Amino acid sequence: MAVIRKYLSILRVRFTNGMQYRAAALAGIVTQFAWGFLYLLLYRAFYQSDAGAFPMDQQSLAAYIWLQQAFLALFAVWTLDNDIFELISSGNIAYELCRPCDLYSMLFFRTLGSRLARAALRCGPILLVAALLPAPYGMRLPASWAAAGLFVLSFCLGALVVAAFGMLIYISAFFTISPMGVRLIAVSLVDFLSGSIIPIPFFPKALQLIFSILPFGAMQNVPFRIYGGDLNGIEATVSILLQAFWLAVLIWIGRMMMKKALHRVVIQGG
Amino acid sequence: MRLYRKYLSIHVKSMMQFKTSFFLTALGQFLVSFTAILGVYFLLDRFHAVKGYRFTDILLCSAVILMSFSLAECFARGFDQFPKAISNGEFDRMLVRPRSEIFQILASKFELTRIGRMLQGILMLAIAFWQSGVQWSFAKILTLVFMILGGTAVFSCLFLLYAAFSFFTLEGLEFMNVLTDGGKEFGQYPVSVYGKAVLAFCTAVVPYAWFQQIPLEYLTGHSTNPLRIAAPLVCFAFLIPCYAVWRIGLRHYKSTGS
Amino acid sequence: MIELHNICKTFRVARRGGGMKSAARALFHREYDTIQALDHISFTIQDGEMVGYIGPNGAGKSSSIKIMSGILTPDSGECVINGRIPWKQRKEHVREIGVVFGQRSQLWWDVPVIDSFELIRDIYSVEPSRYRKNLDTLASMLSLETILKTPARQLSLGQRMRCEIAASLLHDPKVLFLDEPTIGLDAVSKIAVRDFIKALNRERGTTVILTTHDMQDIEALTERILLIGKGQILLDGSLAELRQRRCGKRDITVSFSRTQASGLETFQNPPKGLSLRELLNGRAVWEAEMDSCPVSEAIAWLSTQVEVTDLSVSQPSAEELVVGLYREFGV
Repeated sequence: MAVIRKYLSILRVRFTNGMQYRAAALAGIVTQFAWGFLYLLLYRAFYQSDAGAFPMDQQSLAAYIWLQQAFLALFAVWTLDNDIFELISSGNIAYELCRPCDLYSMLFFRTLGSRLARAALRCGPILLVAALLPAPYGMRLPASWAAAGLFVLSFCLGALVVAAFGMLIYISAFFTISPMGVRLIAVSLVDFLSGSIIPIPFFPKALQLIFSILPFGAMQNVPFRIYGGDLNGIEATVSILLQAFWLAVLIWIGRMMMKKALHRVVIQGG
Repeated sequence: MRLYRKYLSIHVKSMMQFKTSFFLTALGQFLVSFTAILGVYFLLDRFHAVKGYRFTDILLCSAVILMSFSLAECFARGFDQFPKAISNGEFDRMLVRPRSEIFQILASKFELTRIGRMLQGILMLAIAFWQSGVQWSFAKILTLVFMILGGTAVFSCLFLLYAAFSFFTLEGLEFMNVLTDGGKEFGQYPVSVYGKAVLAFCTAVVPYAWFQQIPLEYLTGHSTNPLRIAAPLVCFAFLIPCYAVWRIGLRHYKSTGS
Repeated sequence: MIELHNICKTFRVARRGGGMKSAARALFHREYDTIQALDHISFTIQDGEMVGYIGPNGAGKSSSIKIMSGILTPDSGECVINGRIPWKQRKEHVREIGVVFGQRSQLWWDVPVIDSFELIRDIYSVEPSRYRKNLDTLASMLSLETILKTPARQLSLGQRMRCEIAASLLHDPKVLFLDEPTIGLDAVSKIAVRDFIKALNRERGTTVILTTHDMQDIEALTERILLIGKGQILLDGSLAELRQRRCGKRDITVSFSRTQASGLETFQNPPKGLSLRELLNGRAVWEAEMDSCPVSEAIAWLSTQVEVTDLSVSQPSAEELVVGLYREFGV
């Protein structure tokens, strides 16, 4: 119990800390609105060009786009904490070792806390407006209670998978002399593979299958599609199991990398 | 101009010291825009055309946007760092030097890492050039050059505007990203794709349409009106309001000193 | 109890050549230089002791503090603190120590101090009642009551340091490591911090290990000094012993008329046991070893050399003692 409390406390402090950046959040909301609207208009143009080729119905796509914009901070890999990078590349991370904590968990909850804070500040107004927009551009409630339940579950898993992958990027800063470069490369690939540039259903069939199996498909792809009903039944359940699988794998890899990095820090002094 | 080259070479030299970092960052930059264009490719692979534009037309449009953005970014990104220069007093130092402020800001930062994006712009431009099926004539090549110049002007103006706003507020400037990054991202498609309201905005307020959609019609042969060749030149008029805002901001800054 | 026995530590430092080729090579393979940071360090500190750990920059102070706080693993040697090996039983060990790094903050920048304290409470799983009690005591001893609700970034350096110290004591550590706790503080805050550390050591019996460059800290706080230089313990003794060791020496400061040349050539062939320490614009500091050169003899000689306008004889201060030690050991 005390252990859980310890890490929740880290999360809470980070969250309160993040809640102070209101001006940035306001600008973020404006940006996210513009993005959301432009995407909707873009896909509308595609729909008008060839409705038959549209892989999901417009309503589900609208839900996908609005969820994407509202929870960008939670699901985009690029919302990384600069101070964690700073901590690692300056070697100051070593000082965190004089706490009776597990360093991986500590950083994990820290990054999760700031992601949650950013998302909490931004999602409200976006979701509200999205709910008020006329069909098929607005967001509607999920089709059933079951779908809503699956959505919540997969939403949490997805956010955790993103955070766990973010950890790998942080930890890579121990090993490379160019964390910025690695970060940029990782982020652009993940953006593409996770369906944040175009939703996975818009890719050709073969690629769709590959992308859904990769860990990146376990991020925003699953919850946002479950919400709109595009992903349902057995397929949704399998996807959620896959999310849990990838979460475990990513955390395991992160812990291994962290162990190796720390070994170097405690031997080499950072 | 020679002075600018001098500044340039200093930036290049100091940056080359971080070569691997430079290489990886450039690769990252490359990937960012490469994945964006891949997205366009897959969408058009599925739908074949959008509002009458085929993939090659959009590739041409993307190439122009990317090229203009990276040119503007390479040379005018100093404006991006401008809020920092104001808050740390660096700008005050610039004010006491016998050179124009704008020149000094331009020279204060040069981003070689963006060369990844620039290289890709050139590559894409080359591909689009050969693949577009356009019968390239002198007039069409001139149009293309005008488009790139016009785009560079628009993005540079937006960077200037961004800097000008920071005279008034240092917080919440991010909303300008809608115009800069948004322009880069959504400008891959001719703006008319987004419907009448967006087209009107991009014609009358921020002149995106003048350097992409309007002359693009001429390039692709949708229109033969030769006036479209010169359309990108309208973009340079955008400099007037932006520079005016800059002057007002500067006067405001000098009078309040904050 | 803290026991270190023959602790050694070497660091590898990446070496970089110039040019494109070596930078490319450095991507895959790096060349290293080795630096001996700690060279057979041994000492024992009893419970409740207060020890000043001093030495010039780069002497190995922070490496040994890092080893004792479980952050760094030594190459060889033994270190046992309260029956535990810090780097092997890290979590259990760090529960019993408190660390203040003067140059680094453990407070969260943007949230009120009290929130940081509560986080630390949860991290160390301190029972609520004990936390309450500790917080009250610490807050009144360090006069924090009015600043607990302020975000750390709005605190003055002195206030912040007091909060840092309180933060590292909320879990009742048996050992407190203080790394330059008074750096950058004004005189009033320095005295407040020193008084607190003294009281803490006296009332709770906390073992305190203090590294500092401020000799007043040492003079005010510690009985025992460990001097480290070039990775070795050069001296382990009390300040009094140190004085004793150098008490046969006196500093003689002479001022002389400016008209005379103020170069070294002014003073020719000083008597044995008298040596020049400083010479500046008509003012010279001499060190006399009284065994071979009594003060009277030194003064007599000096007055034959220059026209003395002022003269004073003094016992070296702690600072000078240490500077003298550094010089003696060539560090």
